[in-house]
Amino acid sequence: MTEPLIERCGLRYLHVVGRNFLVWRKLMYASMLGNMADPMIYLVGLGFGLGGFMPAIEGMRYINFLAGGMLCYSAMNSATFEALYSAFSRLKIQRTWEGIMHAPMTAADVVLGEWIWAALKATLSGAAMLIAMYLLGLVHGLRPLAVMPVVLLIGLAFSGLGLIMTALAKSYEFFIFYFTLVITPMMFLSGVFYPRSALPPVVQAIGAVLPLTHGADLARGLTLGTPMAHPLLDVLVLAGYATCGVSVSVLLIRRRLLK
Amino acid sequence: MLQVAELRKSYSGTEVVRGVSFAVAAGECYGLLGPNGAGKTTTLRCCLGLTASDGGHISLAGLPVPAAARAARARTGVCPQFDNLDPDFTVAENLVVYGRYFGIPRDLMRERVPRLLEFAGLEDKAAARLDALSGGMKRRLTLARALVNDPQIIFLDEPTTGLDPQARHLIWDRLKSLTASGRTLILTTHFMDEAERLCHRVAIMDRGAMIAEDAPRRLIGAQIEPHVVEIYGEGVREFARDTAPRYAQRVELTGETAFCYCRDAAPLLESLQAHSALRALSRAANLEDVFIKLTGRDIRD
Repeated sequence: MTEPLIERCGLRYLHVVGRNFLVWRKLMYASMLGNMADPMIYLVGLGFGLGGFMPAIEGMRYINFLAGGMLCYSAMNSATFEALYSAFSRLKIQRTWEGIMHAPMTAADVVLGEWIWAALKATLSGAAMLIAMYLLGLVHGLRPLAVMPVVLLIGLAFSGLGLIMTALAKSYEFFIFYFTLVITPMMFLSGVFYPRSALPPVVQAIGAVLPLTHGADLARGLTLGTPMAHPLLDVLVLAGYATCGVSVSVLLIRRRLLK
Repeated sequence: MLQVAELRKSYSGTEVVRGVSFAVAAGECYGLLGPNGAGKTTTLRCCLGLTASDGGHISLAGLPVPAAARAARARTGVCPQFDNLDPDFTVAENLVVYGRYFGIPRDLMRERVPRLLEFAGLEDKAAARLDALSGGMKRRLTLARALVNDPQIIFLDEPTTGLDPQARHLIWDRLKSLTASGRTLILTTHFMDEAERLCHRVAIMDRGAMIAEDAPRRLIGAQIEPHVVEIYGEGVREFARDTAPRYAQRVELTGETAFCYCRDAAPLLESLQAHSALRALSRAANLEDVFIKLTGRDIRD
């Protein structure tokens, strides 16, 4: 006999988002600096440094190609770190979730709140990258802003996947597997740094099912105006990862907390 | 306020709660006692709908649990065994943020926070960071946090474990004031003196079952002789075997100490005059004697 999974569609998870926002606000500047600096260093370093030696890729300068990919990479990293390390410390180290569930909140409320929160942090990182792209003169006009909903979707996809890992983790060490076996390969298989067409066909096929691939294709199309092969499919794949990720993590975390 | 009937719970084949039933009336302070692993915390978690039971019925604050556990928790306060205050917030923020989980409007919360801080004796600490608080202060803040929703029933899981005597007395004082204000308290503890002081009624649990339940004084009166003489020193074994049984109703030898339970301690103490190597402590029987009698002296891990 357990409490009903989702009683009715309340907005209680917003309290969890609000709690995390209040904490974030206290360390806002340090946190934003961290979110922005890392991808920008890559963008400037690789884009100008390496880009100088590179021919045009798919008809664009290397730094333009890279920027679209880095936008997604930065969103992925942000959501992943939040859903793994920060969420795990609230689950296990600080027992924040336990405290919240002593109030009239359910495990589903907590997980939904964390899921949305990590996606919002990803959106913030994506926005920072987009601003950098404007400043570097890589994008112009209002059209590139259309990428922001996609960044949120990328955030939701990786936040959901990350929360599954958190649900399964016994300690922080567990997350190293996820980074080495999932996140790092994904970075190289999804066409962030170079076009996927450079990879052997088998490896390309693996890349085709990864969420970051679809995010990068969409982001490049929307920011740089390059033609998109299958935008609807891209959105559906990302939405699929996001939905599956959050559903599985709700079930797993509920099982873990309601022992 | 709380009714539990035939509660059962197993973890991977081991039954840790085996058909526990009890009821707590409004305004009562009810203590759940038991050695480690007796099933106290599991029982509390089931009552709050935080652990799925395998059988039985629970009604908390008039609502069925787990079916309406969330609504029942809205009327309940919880002071958990392990500190789960939010280290990222100040003392006052901890209360305000916690109030939001109950959907308490900001204005109402602003009104309540000073009173809660006063209750916890933390008026000057509103803006303090959590790492600046002592263990006792943190526990008092946790207790205040359990009151943000002005609950009629409050669960306390080992509220004074790990605190020094001063801090314990302060917590006891706060709990007594809660009882005096008519609130229902359900507490688990390892400290028998704490249960004897605070609880109107106590239940002793062992190996997942409830083995005794009554007012502490009545339990002591019914289960045990009124006087206990603890004897130790050179030759205690012989004394416990040959002499003590003549004066005490019950003699228990554990390690190097003989526990003599007597209706009248005077003759036994007198007989000790002839054994200068033995030392004795004479005292009134207490809840701990009952507890040890019922649950045994073996260590539980």
